[in-house]
Amino acid sequence: MAHQEDIALMAHLMRRAGFGAPREELEARVAKGYEATVEELLDPESQPAIDEDMLYRYFPGYEGALGPPINQAEWVYRMINTQRPLEEKMALFWHQLFATGNSKVDNPPEITQQIAMFRKHGLGNFRDLLVELAKSPAMIYWLDNNGNHADAINENWGRELMELFALGVGNYSEDDIKEASRAFTGWTIAPKIPRNPLGRFYWKFEYKPEDHDDGEKTFLGQTGNFNGEDVIDILVDQQASPKFLSRHLYNFFVADEPQVPAWDITPPGDPEAIQVLVDAYVESNYDIRTMLRVLFNSDFFKNARFARVKSPAELVVGTARMAGNYNGPRPGFNMLAMECNWQGQELLNPPSVESWHTGPEWIDGGALVRRVNYAANLLGNTSLPGVKSVIAGLKTKGNLSPADLVAGCLDAIGPLDVSESTYGELLAQAQEGGELRWNTEEDQTKSEQRIGILLALIAASRDYQFA
Amino acid sequence: MATTKKDPVLVILQLTGANDYLNTIIPYTEPEYWDNRPKVHIPEDQMLRIDDKLAFRPNMEPLKAIYDDGKMAIIHGIGFENSPRSHFRAMDIWHTCEPDVVGTEGWVAKMSRDLDPNGENVVKTVNFGQGLPRALALRGVPVTSVSNLETYGVFSNVPGINAQEERNQLLDRFARMYAPAVGTGPTMDYLGQTGRDALKGADIIKSATEKYSSTIEYADNAIAKCLRDVARVHLADLGTQVFYTAHGPFDTHFNQPPMHTILWTEVLGAISVFFADLKEHDAGDNVIMMLFTEFGRRVKDNGTGTDHGAGGVAFVIGERVNGGMYGTYPSLKPEDLSQGDLAPSYDFRGFYSSVIDQWLGLDPVPIVGGKFEQMAFV
Repeated sequence: MAHQEDIALMAHLMRRAGFGAPREELEARVAKGYEATVEELLDPESQPAIDEDMLYRYFPGYEGALGPPINQAEWVYRMINTQRPLEEKMALFWHQLFATGNSKVDNPPEITQQIAMFRKHGLGNFRDLLVELAKSPAMIYWLDNNGNHADAINENWGRELMELFALGVGNYSEDDIKEASRAFTGWTIAPKIPRNPLGRFYWKFEYKPEDHDDGEKTFLGQTGNFNGEDVIDILVDQQASPKFLSRHLYNFFVADEPQVPAWDITPPGDPEAIQVLVDAYVESNYDIRTMLRVLFNSDFFKNARFARVKSPAELVVGTARMAGNYNGPRPGFNMLAMECNWQGQELLNPPSVESWHTGPEWIDGGALVRRVNYAANLLGNTSLPGVKSVIAGLKTKGNLSPADLVAGCLDAIGPLDVSESTYGELLAQAQEGGELRWNTEEDQTKSEQRIGILLALIAASRDYQFA
Repeated sequence: MATTKKDPVLVILQLTGANDYLNTIIPYTEPEYWDNRPKVHIPEDQMLRIDDKLAFRPNMEPLKAIYDDGKMAIIHGIGFENSPRSHFRAMDIWHTCEPDVVGTEGWVAKMSRDLDPNGENVVKTVNFGQGLPRALALRGVPVTSVSNLETYGVFSNVPGINAQEERNQLLDRFARMYAPAVGTGPTMDYLGQTGRDALKGADIIKSATEKYSSTIEYADNAIAKCLRDVARVHLADLGTQVFYTAHGPFDTHFNQPPMHTILWTEVLGAISVFFADLKEHDAGDNVIMMLFTEFGRRVKDNGTGTDHGAGGVAFVIGERVNGGMYGTYPSLKPEDLSQGDLAPSYDFRGFYSSVIDQWLGLDPVPIVGGKFEQMAFV
């Protein structure tokens, strides 16, 4: 039996680097060790990928899914069933950072392709990732680079690349935007192949030299006949670039920061942590995997438990994983995808290129009611495998005092730290039924019910809203 | 106006999926209608004539009766320039009044904020449906969103909780778990406030189901249930001034004639029963309902259905509506079409402005983002 603190730390790692893990998995990982687990997470290819042949056999509509919620359901399926949790979590990180929405692209398979690109390059080199992003047909269309021509520039991509993706406001001039846009002229989408008679084709990136402005440009203090890749080379060498990326990683993996638009006026909550990540970026030549290795092994990460409000995707997927009834193909993934929408995070369709506001801003009255009901309905359902396993675990401890019952439930659902007011109500609820007994069949039924209600109450707490 | 004894109430019904304008209000004397709709048209002997140019589709008797009574306005050719033909983008534009950039602030939420600047009434605006349409989204503006009035609220269907007594006890525990506590930090405080507000909203809304009684029977379909919920909350007098709900999908690419008939039968049945219900309770004279859709459908049919188009039609219904036709039906002549679609002749933001200004008594300019031509249908 692993030490309680080790389990709690492993649970924290798995909530952040993935979507949470059931108790048995936590114990197995503790046995393997924390650092070894971090290494395994950082090397997704050491673990099997999702079996796509099987997935598409059960859900033929998932392949190149044409619209919501099927395309979103496919991603939720992967988040729940992946054996490469960090690969999927990074895809979500990049989707939230490089927010591309179906509202304008109006072509769900193209956005799904972009997510697949994040899976492939999301732990690699930041420079290479930005190049891939600049070539992503969904991104080109989303930010109008197909309308960025040698004789008439469109600044949309050039601006957002700097403002939202690589540097942050205040680290470039309007002239830099124009020059970067000139450098990306000719980066476009190949003429689309008509769907009839051969079916649907994915969009393809195309570089058109004849539409590229080959003249001299002065960008962030450097002068040359820059093309798009040169602009990205210059960008990733700016001092602002690692600071901006590190703060995003910190906000996503460690603790809630203020909303991104406030970053140029509000300093980071933990500047030293940001500096540690910046150093890792510089020393490794923009290697994201190295940054994450430093992050997950740092004390600032290990000590930041329950310091972030779960995003809807984290809450929906994490709770479903805990309930254990969405393992493998089965009906219901569309509903889980819709649940994310209803809680305020419509996957693959962020509200704008500025993405979702995170942290406390995930919560409003309607969203909170949905979060509470969704989690309470699953974790309060004693017929689901994950809940059954919690019950079985408690049963092995024999008859339990109310305090031990509460402690056992909090342990099984996290381990979760709760505030005094939450704890008081949980204990009062447990005390009402007195000692938890397993002596007779009647005891048994009643005890199972009591555990279900207690788990529902925990799932409804403020404390459960945090990752 | 907002200060009279009975506050004006607005019900917004979104016809999701793009309703086919040409087969809703039929320009039956235009030869182009018959040329372009060899398969997907309404036979002349079935349509309900309005005048010597236009006719309602056959199952629109309930609406025709309201129209003949002078209580329904038809707004022709509504839309916006460069209509994107994408449901998602077009609906976003209708929701945010931002045709050029991707907007995030909903026009209905802005209206709600102006109706209740201090956010005192958490049910000032109520949405019926799953999730919150972007039209109702704006940080700091409380909007209550109800998917099912009977079961709305916290712990609505936890499997192990059967008795109401048991649920009430858990709700008390929930309230105490979310009670203000010293020193737990701003996020915990905010979650506490939000949780307590949600309970309050649920309690207020709940009273609507208890107070309501009516001899009117609603049909058993989604839109009828939603409008019944609207009626119940309206009749409970909770200060709600804006109701929002949606029905669809009107996206009739395939097999349009029967699909379109079913959809309109459901919508019209629900609307006429809804107004009859309000009338029975003498509570209809301060209510208007607006119906809109993201765009109209292509002029030429595709064999069994119609594809995405541009200009569409909107309706306003209510006791205080100045019935009749507003605007002009866009020309079907090939040279007047915009990429094969009806060219919109009236900006939807003018339509919104008319309602915001003349019905709710608010300044429409900051809500729709500019000054647009209004019409005098209310």
